[in-house]
Amino acid sequence: MNNQSESIETIRDIRRMMERSSRFISLSGLSGVSAGLCALAGAWIAYPYVYGLKDYIINPEAAVVQAMVADYSILLNTWLFWIALGTFLSALISAFIFTWIKSKKEGIPVWGNSSKRVLFSVGLPMVVGGLFLFRLLDFGTFGLVAPACLIFYGLGLVNAAKYTLSEIKYLGYTEIVLGIISMWFIGYGLYFWAIGFGLMHIVYGIWMWFKYDYKKQQA
Amino acid sequence: MINPIEQLNKVFDNRIRLGIMSALIVNSEVDFNELKELLQLTDGNLASHLKTLEDHQYIHVKKGFIGRKTNTRYSITKTGEKQFKQHLAALEKMIRSMQ
Repeated sequence: MNNQSESIETIRDIRRMMERSSRFISLSGLSGVSAGLCALAGAWIAYPYVYGLKDYIINPEAAVVQAMVADYSILLNTWLFWIALGTFLSALISAFIFTWIKSKKEGIPVWGNSSKRVLFSVGLPMVVGGLFLFRLLDFGTFGLVAPACLIFYGLGLVNAAKYTLSEIKYLGYTEIVLGIISMWFIGYGLYFWAIGFGLMHIVYGIWMWFKYDYKKQQA
Repeated sequence: MINPIEQLNKVFDNRIRLGIMSALIVNSEVDFNELKELLQLTDGNLASHLKTLEDHQYIHVKKGFIGRKTNTRYSITKTGEKQFKQHLAALEKMIRSMQ
């Protein structure tokens, strides 16, 4: 009688559907790798500005006025702001592309319940962190920028892990630990930032790619 | 002992209907297009199975609009949840009894 194998098959179907509809499992390992590469490139470009080898103010004359009236537009007058924005956008877009390709292949909606939950879970700590960073810059506390980036991003990843590949929480914990350690190494922020956002993304991405994407291609 | 096969719900004897219920039990609401993509079905096919579940009052239908497009969202009812859990329990019993 093959009733048993039929029932097991049915239960497997149910489980798969619950997973597919509640977790966003199309997150591609290559997204991690590409985001990591963008971060490393960004850190490399930012290095001379952060460590004073180049002036990070774009227009010094305008900056004098902006500084006097405590105008927020002084932020837009720094190379670092544009490098940070460019890095963030290129990482986000490249990560999105690989995940979009994977979700098309698997027939999972890229803009469904599960992906919305992932974005909200990562997004909430990041938006709060962004506001916090803004005030840190206001007070000129530049040394805490990298630790705060790492900590808030790490919290976002841990928060989102229940709605996507659960391994992402290990990346989150790593970012949080790096962020906390870096609070006691002020001045080395960019190095910690490059390890956390660059290297760790790449390591995590390759691990996920081997675990989920590569094996599936072999099977 | 009651034969566990008799406790299986005939409505869930279909993979698609089972799939719909599985998705709805872990999500508070799922819309038509998302179900379509998850189950890889055509509009007509999915609609007929949804109708069956709706007729049994296992799912709740909420019609709405996004802009001008209709957007129909589905959620599981109390009855549906109870029936689905009973079905799962019956499946479990069947597997155990054969071991």
